[in-house]
Amino acid sequence: MKTLVPPQFRVVRDPERCIQCQVCVNQCSFNAQYFDAEDKVVRTREENCVGCHRCAALCPTRALTITRNPMDYKANLNWKSGDIEDIWRQAESGGMLLTGMGNDKGYRIYWDHLLLNASQVTNPSIDPLREPMELTTYIGRKPDRVHVSADGVKLETTLAPQVKLEIPVMFAAMSYGAVSLNVHESLARAATEMGTLWNTGEGGLHETLYKYGQNTIVQVASGRFGVHSKYLHAGRVVEIKIGQGAKPGIGGHLPGEKVSADVALTRMIPRGSDALSPAPQHDIYSIEDLTQLIYALKEATNYTKPISVKIAAVHNSAAIASGMVRAGADIIVLDGLRGATGAAPKVIRDNVGIPIELALASVDSRLRQEGIRNQASLVISGGIRNSGDVAKAIALGADAVYIGTAALVALGCHVCQQCHTGKCAWGICTTDLGLTRRINPDIGAQRLSNLLRGWGLEIKDMLGGMGVNALESLRGNRLHLRGVGLSDTELEILGVRMAGS
Amino acid sequence: MPMKRVLVNEPVCMGCHLCEVYCQLNHSTSSDLVKAFKRPEHQNLPRLRIEARNPIFFSLRCQHCAEAPCISACLTGALSRDEKSGAVITDEAKCIGCWTCILACPYGAIKQDTVKHKSVKCDLCQGSKIPACVEHCPNEALVFEEVAEVKSK
Repeated sequence: MKTLVPPQFRVVRDPERCIQCQVCVNQCSFNAQYFDAEDKVVRTREENCVGCHRCAALCPTRALTITRNPMDYKANLNWKSGDIEDIWRQAESGGMLLTGMGNDKGYRIYWDHLLLNASQVTNPSIDPLREPMELTTYIGRKPDRVHVSADGVKLETTLAPQVKLEIPVMFAAMSYGAVSLNVHESLARAATEMGTLWNTGEGGLHETLYKYGQNTIVQVASGRFGVHSKYLHAGRVVEIKIGQGAKPGIGGHLPGEKVSADVALTRMIPRGSDALSPAPQHDIYSIEDLTQLIYALKEATNYTKPISVKIAAVHNSAAIASGMVRAGADIIVLDGLRGATGAAPKVIRDNVGIPIELALASVDSRLRQEGIRNQASLVISGGIRNSGDVAKAIALGADAVYIGTAALVALGCHVCQQCHTGKCAWGICTTDLGLTRRINPDIGAQRLSNLLRGWGLEIKDMLGGMGVNALESLRGNRLHLRGVGLSDTELEILGVRMAGS
Repeated sequence: MPMKRVLVNEPVCMGCHLCEVYCQLNHSTSSDLVKAFKRPEHQNLPRLRIEARNPIFFSLRCQHCAEAPCISACLTGALSRDEKSGAVITDEAKCIGCWTCILACPYGAIKQDTVKHKSVKCDLCQGSKIPACVEHCPNEALVFEEVAEVKSK
């Protein structure tokens, strides 16, 4: 069937600059560039261009510019180009629309309506270049009370397993198979260097990465891919994945084309078979069932590792989170509306879930009201873009955050939303062995470490400005935040006062 | 004699051909990339090539063999070893384009410049601190290292 969908992008080639070196041709994994051997010139198939900029970034003479295809429809605020073209795509395919990355709709980004405080006159700000600043964070269950020996030297309370983070930013779950082994290695090495954790996602841990176990969160999802005793013991934290912000209520779906020999071995499934995670965990139909899985994993790991439970931020997150803490979760992870994915139905990604800022505030408030906030650490993910977002999340009540998209962007991701095709031209979200080599783990680990180092410096600067010298003093301290452009209800849910008040 | 050579970290060579592009530029009479490729008077051949059979890519150039067959084979003495860098280099004035070196090279690393009728090959960018291919590899797949050190890795 002839498609009615016009090309999304235009590839503009400056003929003055183009030297016909064909770097663009060999780097485009979507066949949008080709060499016309008869005329000996590089030409474009614009209908294939996804706007990933791989060609433009590697063009040695900067001869390429990618622009949006300026095809205008009759102005209509109800029927925008995306709505019209999505209908054409479905009329032509008869299927669900798949997409990658996070929600790209214009839902309010509350981080951009929250502002941090700084000290002036009445309390001094602190200069982090001259005075020590503490970002250290311990995640895991904290005791209700601490008993110290009579001489005041020895801690008599037995603490639940704690994990020390040098910076409260961890790398979010991205499974081997969705992303490549080189990406996993980059994340693992950067997490190890920076004293934080990375997360295997639901596809198991490649045997070459077991050596980074002390900085690894191993995930147990509904498909149980790659889960075995050695895997559970390898990690520092075990995470039960109930849901994902990009697709609440839906299980992971790794197409068979991405299940290469190595992925198959790690996931313990046949090569080339679709890896379909069930939508629910079939052994969890209630909070009591969750308790059973949490304690099964605690037993399996001899109570040496915190057990984390990750859910998508949905309407009843606060009540669900309360149940999760009571079920024995040591860490609660909330993944918000803008959390990303390697593949999800577009209608789910764009319409299901709630913004992470509201979920975080309501869960933190609820757990405090119930007096159980200490029993679990609160980690959030889904849309953290910079260190400002991190600081605001900590002030709203998070113990730490996960970054997924931000980490991939550090590796070169251009957020072109083609993850589900497995053809990522940046070599990130693919298992095509010709493409995965585009991520050099030496460079990848360095870029990720640099990002965290930069954010760490910025967070220290913000803390110093607020006049506090430890992240612990900001945690859950919503008086350090003020809202702008928010309604009374939004301010109430966020627990934040209006700027100026 | 320990010498620095260009080594390929094959698992991260992605076959982009930028090493060729910058090799060609560095051996051009122009330092402008566009002129080096477009103006006939500045054009020349890259002294390396990419062996590609997806998913394997390999940037191949002269290995500067310790006992170089090309030097022994050269009829006119145009090929010789540079004492300082250890590189096998070509004296273009002496080269008569008989292609005997090409027959002798076990790596297929020498090319015919059919315009100038001379053989061309990698000279490790004599005069530059780092060969152009190494300097411009976007994925750091090419490294310029002492061979002895690399062997011990």
